[in-house]
Amino acid sequence: MAKPFTISCPMPINPSEVVTLAHGGGGRLMHQLLENFVIPAFRNEMLEARHDGAVLQVAETRLAFTTDSYVVSPLFFPGGDIGTLAVNGTVNDLAMCGARPLAISTAFIIEEGLPFDALKRVVESIRVSAEQAGVKVVTGDTKVVDRGKGDGLFVNTAGIGVIKHKSAIAPASVKAGDAVLLSGDVGRHGVAIMAVREGLEFESTIQTDCAPLTAPVQAMLEAGIEVHCLRDLTRGGLATALIEIAESSRLHINIEEEAISVEENVRGACEILGLDPLYLANEGRFVAIVSGKDAERALAILKGHEVSSRASRIGVVAEAPASLVTLESCIGTRRILDMHSGEQLPRIC
Amino acid sequence: MKYVDEYRDREAARNFARAIARITTRPWAIMEVCGGQTHSIVKFGIDELLPKEITLLHGPGCPVCVTPLELIDKATQIAARPEVIFCSFGDMLRVPGSSIDLFSVKAKSGDVRIVYSPTDALKIAQENPGKQVVFFAVGFETTAPANAMAVYQAKAQGLRNFSVLVSHVLVPPAIEAILSAPDNRTQGFLAAGHVCTVMGYEEYIPLAQKYHVPIVVTGFEPLDILQGIYMCVRQLEEGRAEVENQYLRAVRRKGNVPAQELVTKVFCVVPRKWRGVGEIPQSGLGLRHEYAEFDAEQRFGVAAYTAEEDSECISGEVLRGVKKPHECSAFGNRCTPEHPLGATMVSNEGACAAYYRYRRFEQRVAAATKSES
Repeated sequence: MAKPFTISCPMPINPSEVVTLAHGGGGRLMHQLLENFVIPAFRNEMLEARHDGAVLQVAETRLAFTTDSYVVSPLFFPGGDIGTLAVNGTVNDLAMCGARPLAISTAFIIEEGLPFDALKRVVESIRVSAEQAGVKVVTGDTKVVDRGKGDGLFVNTAGIGVIKHKSAIAPASVKAGDAVLLSGDVGRHGVAIMAVREGLEFESTIQTDCAPLTAPVQAMLEAGIEVHCLRDLTRGGLATALIEIAESSRLHINIEEEAISVEENVRGACEILGLDPLYLANEGRFVAIVSGKDAERALAILKGHEVSSRASRIGVVAEAPASLVTLESCIGTRRILDMHSGEQLPRIC
Repeated sequence: MKYVDEYRDREAARNFARAIARITTRPWAIMEVCGGQTHSIVKFGIDELLPKEITLLHGPGCPVCVTPLELIDKATQIAARPEVIFCSFGDMLRVPGSSIDLFSVKAKSGDVRIVYSPTDALKIAQENPGKQVVFFAVGFETTAPANAMAVYQAKAQGLRNFSVLVSHVLVPPAIEAILSAPDNRTQGFLAAGHVCTVMGYEEYIPLAQKYHVPIVVTGFEPLDILQGIYMCVRQLEEGRAEVENQYLRAVRRKGNVPAQELVTKVFCVVPRKWRGVGEIPQSGLGLRHEYAEFDAEQRFGVAAYTAEEDSECISGEVLRGVKKPHECSAFGNRCTPEHPLGATMVSNEGACAAYYRYRRFEQRVAAATKSES
């Protein structure tokens, strides 16, 4: 070719002046939003722990307290709906503090025009899910907003639970030599929602994994397993949860790709869309980081509960390289797992 | 999973790596053209399995990375208009233009939607007759047939509220540009398997002959890439320069002829600017005169807009395989996926983003070892 091309690339750095959807994706941008705008305003030691819930000492009792908002679209999807998510999401945040859930609140923000039938179905799901999870819905609130100012229905739940054990379940308790246990296959909820939202059809319907996680966690604690950290895998998936733990504890986590179970239809969807199942949302899965000596016993306990019957040991905690998560790939090479900026975006080709 | 697991087999991968090591007698630099291949190589750590004599260079085949700044600006200008529904593949939304990306346009009340196929955009146009629906037609030869189909159907259906912002690029002119550059290091190519699924591989034969360079059409799974490298090294060692096809299960010599015919019906070959590289003659596709009414640049009066690309970013050199991402002084500090200086840091398929996501491990280990010693 006659003309040599000029080398110039570029793009200016342009931090957004407004909140974008990516700030809510559970990735690096959301962490920046919290670090820059939220945590500095309320700074206290409970918030600094950056756990799924806060642990409060009230007289002789330790209480866990948490809240979460649900804005899923569509409201109904295979295997669940916004109601099942709203109950189990909050129950699971309490469970990850090692708490037995006591009661939850439920607040509805309803868009004008929502069919009563839809509301009825969601309320019924909340009732059934609360019963299954062993919590009572004890208080709540209802607001209606103008048409176009909400997406049908938003739900907020908050919950409290009682902590009976004495251990500190938090990233700070994680030690080198600990075992990393995963409670089941990953990625189902993320793909189930994406399939319905985008009208993608697969050979079999992929159902959400939404379920309460209290029972296996309590069973481990009651059996005296030395549980150091628990994290349910919601937005951002397994990878993000492990990265958060590695960064908070300043330790290294190495996991094996082959030990992580992903259902075949979920894998297929991920291959087609260019998504990584390790970053997909789950609503009924958690990682437990337990003392290496207790790992086999903990695994046996997890396998005894239906919600965690496919639990596996996926990795190990080490001293260095600190604050990093690495993955041994199926062909035996190793790479780092990095937190994504926002939500995963389907690739062009 | 069938068609996946057998191409990610650990033992077979080791066998290929050993076979490559056996036939390699001296250093070779091989470029994988496609961003999907770059992603696989870095994600699976394929280059870690190779003998040190083999250097993999990461080519210009990431459509997100090579879309020029001014086209992103045109997209954001169009998407910000109140009458427009702007449809795009997901990974274009995060690419920064001169001042704003499509995500921010959406946050500031622009109607920007992620679609999985251009025909989805067509459907949105049918369902919203009061709106102007614009599809961002980006990509190499792989996405061209579906994009051509959308425009073809829009014309057949007389849809007046549909248009496309075209930024199509072609692989062979990019390979030629790389080979003819004075600082070229590439001695062999892994051609992009999915591009060749559409186009076949006959158009690569004159390139292989003219520049005496082996070109192996290669797939995307770890074993595909290892076998492609093996075939390429074998040619280099034997002094051959032919076009070979590793991706037999998907690619035929003549490609997908009906798809090519549709592309030719709707698009014609035009000069295109490549981000980080500059203008390459006859390197892209534009709408034919008969389909000019569907050209979003004309419809929204942005055709004349230009933007200067200029900064410390070395993505042009990265895209041509002259430099590796971590050889850039901004890599990982001033330039990250959250604050990309260049397009190669934006897309998952971009070489810089792939290195950032999967490789900082080695650099941090190296840094730690250095500070300990």
